[in-house]
Amino acid sequence: MAFLELRNLEKSYGATRVVKDFTIGVEEGEFISLLGPSGCGKTTVLRMVGGFETPSQGAIFIDGKDVVALRANQRAIGMVFQAYALFPNLTVAENVAFGLKVGGVGRAERGARVAEMLALIGLRDLGDRYPFQLSGGQQQRVALARALAPRPKVLLLDEPLSALDAKIRVSLRTEIRAIQKRLGITTIFVTHDQEEALSMSDRVVVMNGGRADQIGTPFEIYNAPTSRFVAGFVGTLNTFDAVVTDQAAGGVTLDDVPLVIGRRLPVAAGQTVGIALRPEAVQLGRDPSREVVLPAKIVEVHFMGAVVRIAAEVAGRKFTIDTFNRVDMPPPAVGKSVEISIAARDFLILSDPVEGGQPRL
Amino acid sequence: MNRFMAWIAFLFGATYFALPLLGMAEFSLSMRRGVYSLDAYRAVLADPQFQATFAFSVVMALFTIAFGILLVVPTAFWVRLKLPGLRPLVEFLTLLPLVIPAIVVVFGYLRLYNTSSWLPMTGTAMGTNILLMFGYAMLALPYMYRAVDTGLRAIDVATLTEAAQSLGAGWGTILAQVILPNVLPAVLSGAFLTFAIVIGEFTMAALLDRPAFGPYMQILGANKAYEPAALAVIAFAITWACMALIQLVTRFSKHARAQR
Ligand SMILES: Nc1ncnc2c1ncn2[C@@H]1O[C@H](COP(=O)(O)OP(=O)(O)OP(=O)(O)O)[C@@H](O)[C@H]1O
Ligand SMILES: [Mg+2]
Repeated sequence: MAFLELRNLEKSYGATRVVKDFTIGVEEGEFISLLGPSGCGKTTVLRMVGGFETPSQGAIFIDGKDVVALRANQRAIGMVFQAYALFPNLTVAENVAFGLKVGGVGRAERGARVAEMLALIGLRDLGDRYPFQLSGGQQQRVALARALAPRPKVLLLDEPLSALDAKIRVSLRTEIRAIQKRLGITTIFVTHDQEEALSMSDRVVVMNGGRADQIGTPFEIYNAPTSRFVAGFVGTLNTFDAVVTDQAAGGVTLDDVPLVIGRRLPVAAGQTVGIALRPEAVQLGRDPSREVVLPAKIVEVHFMGAVVRIAAEVAGRKFTIDTFNRVDMPPPAVGKSVEISIAARDFLILSDPVEGGQPRL
Repeated sequence: MNRFMAWIAFLFGATYFALPLLGMAEFSLSMRRGVYSLDAYRAVLADPQFQATFAFSVVMALFTIAFGILLVVPTAFWVRLKLPGLRPLVEFLTLLPLVIPAIVVVFGYLRLYNTSSWLPMTGTAMGTNILLMFGYAMLALPYMYRAVDTGLRAIDVATLTEAAQSLGAGWGTILAQVILPNVLPAVLSGAFLTFAIVIGEFTMAALLDRPAFGPYMQILGANKAYEPAALAVIAFAITWACMALIQLVTRFSKHARAQR
């Protein structure tokens, strides 16, 4: 049994089921992200683990013990909220000491632990400040220290970075992950920001409509999405329908343009299959090492710094193409006719039924 | 021009309030013929009746405040946290004391708790005092509840509660160490209002026949000339001191600045 185990969790409010058959085992020291659009039930799952909501069905085990019957204050769980939720009447040090004091830790030990925690978050000198005297990023680090001080078994974070501005968000991301690794604490992190989830986590749970659509490492989630939803939600994707010409060898045509997928396809010849392609898997220009070369016309060019995002028309469809910025290669002009190259292994085959066919930006 | 009119209005208002007070203060200083003196004040302060009734009312006020805090803070907290749908109802209930005259309440008390009732609270002095305290607490309820509820609005009650729970705190700890300190300025302003109400209250104390400050003021007023004026000035001073303390508390709570 995993260290933290959620088994067939269900949560209904009245007749609406907001969490459905949610099962996952989290290993000790693992960092798991719950990723999904707004309203998909991420917070609800987290709150059930934290003891703030009672599951309608299912079980939650922490360290082999069923905790569903335990109240929130008996579960030894650290929680970090989007709104920081520091106690405004207490100083930073008193905030961090709160859980220790409640837990009956003696004064001397408490002081030592608080100092240790403040050092951990790099705010050694701010122990005497009040929360309103801190920046948002500092407040959130204090909230993290406060949650970690009583040595909880599990750390839960609900969109802790959403209220911060972009720069702090990225730096704090790294810092949280480093602290988590150092302490080896089992962590569930809720976010709707895919970059956050992919960059921080050991494994990502992509949620959709209260269900876990796919659970896997960031690499798996990004490169081998099992559902159209996951493929579309994580990263940008070109999706299109193609007609199968050769099921075994993986041949399809896209508006009479033949493509080589190079793998056995799930549907028979004559039928339609959903194909997807990451923007960065498309290369501008002819590359002889790639199996598919197609003519294209540049429609839009967005220079974003390190990445240049290009929209091109390929076989009557709009493709999104990402290329890295290079000093010796200015972005192509709009309206120019070019060739693009695609390696067969980069095509993703979507197993669920096709709808639309337009690339999702 | 606008400014000028504003000043005129202000001066008119100030005169309207200040003149009677000035007249009363002047009168309270005129006990000795021909010169101003503090004789009336000396007489009042030296009166053992004054000391006894004032002490009684102060003690009653302190108990009422303690009882009010214990009643209102957890109630307002719970309503905000768990029963937000009930807030309009609770607000309405706490406003009732403003529309139900104290005399009606006292007669209700006397009917329910008289010596031949199932709970003869008026049978002993202590029982009657407790009854009086309930009455006072009820009179102060609209102010106390509103003050505390406003204080609670300034903090994120639900999230702070959950944060405290996740750190292992139970309800008692949450109320005493998280909620109360954060609404303390509000609670204190409620407390000072309660104090002012209890010190001046007449109807309940008189009908329950308790030796409180209100009835004493009334008796003195009926029997003396200069002393009642002095007493009125003292009562005003107490009320104003309470108001000033409310202001001070609000201004000097060190962590509250962030929310204002
Ligand atoms: N107390 C409640 N009563 C009724 N419905 C609720 C309650 N709490 C949440 N819901 C519903 O449950 C669904 C999931 O909510 P939840 O807060 O878990 O979503 P989320 O994934 O965290 O979304 P977000 O990214 O916006 O925070 C939503 O549709 C929400 O309206
Ligand atoms: Mg949420």
